[in-house]
Amino acid sequence: MADDYKPPALPAPFTNTRPAPELLTQGAEAHLYKTVSLDPSIPAALKIRPFKPYRHPILDRRLTRQRIIQEARCLAKLVREGVSVPGVLALDWEGQGGDEGGWGGAWLMMEWIDGPVVRVVLEKWEAWMKKNASSLDSAQLQHEEARVKDLLRRIGKTLGALHKAGVVHGDLTTSNLMLRTPPQVSDCGPTGVSMEGEIVLIDFGLASQSMQDEDRAVDLYVLERAIGSTHPRSEPLMEEMVHGYRESHRGATSTLKRLEDVRMRGRKRSMIG
Amino acid sequence: MASRLETLNVPHLPAALPAYVVLYRDVQNSAFLRQQLLSGNKEYEYAFIDASMVLSRAHATAGIFRAVNDYMNERLKSHNVHSEIVFALNPANNIAESFRKFGITDSTKDLLVVKVAVSPEITHDSVAAHLEASVQGKPVPFDDETLSEISDVTKIKKVFKLGALPSPGDKTNGAQNIKAKRQLELSLLSAIALRGS
Repeated sequence: MADDYKPPALPAPFTNTRPAPELLTQGAEAHLYKTVSLDPSIPAALKIRPFKPYRHPILDRRLTRQRIIQEARCLAKLVREGVSVPGVLALDWEGQGGDEGGWGGAWLMMEWIDGPVVRVVLEKWEAWMKKNASSLDSAQLQHEEARVKDLLRRIGKTLGALHKAGVVHGDLTTSNLMLRTPPQVSDCGPTGVSMEGEIVLIDFGLASQSMQDEDRAVDLYVLERAIGSTHPRSEPLMEEMVHGYRESHRGATSTLKRLEDVRMRGRKRSMIG
Repeated sequence: MASRLETLNVPHLPAALPAYVVLYRDVQNSAFLRQQLLSGNKEYEYAFIDASMVLSRAHATAGIFRAVNDYMNERLKSHNVHSEIVFALNPANNIAESFRKFGITDSTKDLLVVKVAVSPEITHDSVAAHLEASVQGKPVPFDDETLSEISDVTKIKKVFKLGALPSPGDKTNGAQNIKAKRQLELSLLSAIALRGS
């Protein structure tokens, strides 16, 4: 990676923002910044989908617009349904400066969630366990296992709430699950890794509204695979996630039945594309 | 007494475009103020908002931000940035309806007034002096505590079609109350942001 990478210039109105938004991460489609909300004392996350110069401008505008609106609509719906996701604070999909030559990107300002992503929590926990598990007695081991089980169960429950609200995430990984830091942490165990706090789902860039078992099962399957490949020590406890999910809503049983099919064949039902 | 008029610099908007905001209770001359708007009297170009339709500072600020951002990008749907603020508070795309629901009426008692400094003559002093001379009402702090005494949550929920949401105030439990209000507020903010999508 080149050190002198410069992110694309910020769109209006964020050229006015003082201090300037701080670039946190970038994906293929968007840049994520930390900045303040419309209240200067409250932080916010800012997702900017810049204009893609290699696409035809009209097509680019339409795709960018569709995607940012889709993401915002999913988040808005989930907030209304009481699922824990960052709320939408402000949005602009129109770009600036007319059709040609203007800035054709779009941006979405969201509530800032304070806390680590689940990937980091599990990684830290697994690293500690790998080094120190032999020094724990069986009661302590059991306690540690119970904490991870509880975490996975809560994740399952949250995914149940998501699906119940009629939204599928489309890109579930442990990096898109956050653990909102609670006001006080009481139990870190000997590992020093807290697993307390509300599970918050983030990054709805690939989300869509769907009630179909197939889409829901694929959501679960993708997360299962992600955990299996990045957190091997937690994988045997995965059944807990399924338990948490099963208890969350009425449609869960048929989704889980479908999940078994999906596990057999993989994410793609049709062999096209 | 110093004026209650607050200079609101919404983050991300240019510092040269502050909004001057003041909240009044027991307004006596709403009919007169509304008449000035209807007759297009330039002196009275303000966003006159029925404060019972405003849930919180964040709700009002979201409307101001949306209107000023659209103003800067030259895509106002109404006459000017001030009428646009009233329009922006409404989740639906109907301008006349948003004035009826969120704008001043002849019987408005609690009034939120916003003026954006769109030209250099508009200063804190000029706005404060003009409002003091024109609005017969009691200035009160523009904060969530005061607004919570004024806002008509049932009506707000109805306009935003959020009837299914728990109402802050339904429960005696304080923590649940805060949560319900937060959820309602975030639902309003997203509706404002998504209008027209």
